[in-house]
Amino acid sequence: MSVIREDFREILRLVRPGARVLDVGCGEGELLELLQREKGVDGQGLEISPAGVSACLARGLAVVQGDGDRDLDHFPTRAFDYAILSKTLQQMREPRHVLSELLRIADQAIVSVPNFGHWRMRVSLMTRGRMPETRALPDPWWATANIHLCTLRDFTDLCEDLDLRIDACAALSNGKAARPIDPKRPIENWRSESALFLLSRRAESEPDAVPKDLFGEVALPKAEPDRPKRRARAKA
Amino acid sequence: MDDQAALSPAIETDGGVWRFPAGAPLRLDSGAVLPELEIGYQTYGRLNESRTNAVLVCHALTGDQYAASTHPITGKPGWWSRVIGPGLPLDPDRYFIICTNVVGGCMGSTGPGSANPKTGEPYGLAFPMITIADMVRAQAMLIEALGIDTLFAVVGGSMGGMQVLQWAADYPEKLFSAVCIAAAARHSAQNIAFHEVGRQAIMADPDWRGGAYQSEGVSPSKGLAVARMAAHITYLSEAALQRKFGRELRKDGLSWGFDADFQVESYLRHQGASFVDRFDANSYLYITRALDYFDLAAGHDGVLAQAFQKARQVRFMVLSFSSDWLYSTAESRDIVRALNAAGCRASFVEIETDKGHDAFFLDEPQLDATLRGFLEATAQARGLS
Repeated sequence: MSVIREDFREILRLVRPGARVLDVGCGEGELLELLQREKGVDGQGLEISPAGVSACLARGLAVVQGDGDRDLDHFPTRAFDYAILSKTLQQMREPRHVLSELLRIADQAIVSVPNFGHWRMRVSLMTRGRMPETRALPDPWWATANIHLCTLRDFTDLCEDLDLRIDACAALSNGKAARPIDPKRPIENWRSESALFLLSRRAESEPDAVPKDLFGEVALPKAEPDRPKRRARAKA
Repeated sequence: MDDQAALSPAIETDGGVWRFPAGAPLRLDSGAVLPELEIGYQTYGRLNESRTNAVLVCHALTGDQYAASTHPITGKPGWWSRVIGPGLPLDPDRYFIICTNVVGGCMGSTGPGSANPKTGEPYGLAFPMITIADMVRAQAMLIEALGIDTLFAVVGGSMGGMQVLQWAADYPEKLFSAVCIAAAARHSAQNIAFHEVGRQAIMADPDWRGGAYQSEGVSPSKGLAVARMAAHITYLSEAALQRKFGRELRKDGLSWGFDADFQVESYLRHQGASFVDRFDANSYLYITRALDYFDLAAGHDGVLAQAFQKARQVRFMVLSFSSDWLYSTAESRDIVRALNAAGCRASFVEIETDKGHDAFFLDEPQLDATLRGFLEATAQARGLS
């Protein structure tokens, strides 16, 4: 058997057998196939590239061609046990909305993000005075797909804002085994190249049953309710 | 089921007309009843021992059961011979492929051109209105008569795709998988509008004779040809028309008259003229009406997802073409959303092409690859070798 990517290995460890899983940005379906084989999950993929979709179909996976930024809104509430978003939150136009959508659609979300607070980034920025180009984020600023980079601290703050609970967190760096961490410890914000989170809603923020429209779509929340809270924090 | 299977006559031939006895009439949505139903059909391949390899292919508005065999009137290859055949995504060596002429059609199934048992004359406008659900009900009767419990797949494009959706809503327990290509869950105002132009063209032809042209020995060919010409434009994209014809002339210079100066005119005239040889004007009226009446959500409290509530075990594949403006990608996405909302296992691909709606008949490698991938994986899940 081929070598399993470390982040996949960690996801495999987190996911309950037989769970319903949505993989957002599932690529050619390697992770979903692995989860089906090893954990017997009922998987569904969302993938933007036609080639990726075709590859998933050939693997026998259910996959919808679509865009994480636009198409999550159309999935019904709590349709999945897990929604997985691997290394793409920072490429979304609205990461905050995407994250809250993941946890509307699924009971738990597994999200991995590169950490812009990693020491290599900080040193690179400080010494070179340029946008860091590191092994984790190798592209120059004008070519990168990463339009919403954040540090571990930024991410845990966002989870707090969205009233999400961090059930587990592991630091990932290229080729090394996942290392369980407390993402709120400042040292981890220096030394974790990227991190993988298992998130869930706090009990009181469970989404209500939402009325359906003509196509059975879920009506969207009109406003982001906790924006003011965030502004208050920014002032403080 | 074995008993019933043993009673059902096996179809040795590759096609013909299936006659249901008077005791098995087709009950229509309109409340009318069609006695002595006949269904024109073609089959390819053999039904396996366990009767698990049957695929129903549903044809589009002007299609027929000759999906992969030479058309008896035009002599042309079947309309989907690019997809059905040895080594192709629907391989008769592996699947038992059935294609039936829809009720209301004119290639062997009971339709407005059939003899009205009450008068012995062709029905004409005495033929009752039919719906997509009626077409599917007749297909289900035939499938049952063939002793098939569950279809491995029901596959169709355009109106065929609507039949696929109707199957999923009405007979989900009889489906293992469903492939809906370039279709919609309801006819839009624009769809209805184009059909109305076609119908009015037919009815404006003096030879239509209030629908009784057969009894009077004439045919509204001009009206039907115009209907076909108008409809044919909707099957192509603007880019495809431009690429194929541009402003090219048939001869050097303009005729300064109303002859077909432009290649595109000549092409449309040819499409219209050849269509009337193989299609019946009243069938065209009835089938376009069935399409206009199609609104799958309407029968389910206006919520499309509810139509698929019982189809959770069915594996769905929805395909659209990027340049199809007749049944656009947005319509397919609505279907996929409803399937997701119903908790169905659904896949969806939009195929990038400039060929418009008709891409599903044409050389479109990504369509073939997608169908092949989906069917292959589904066959494995079904335990088909």
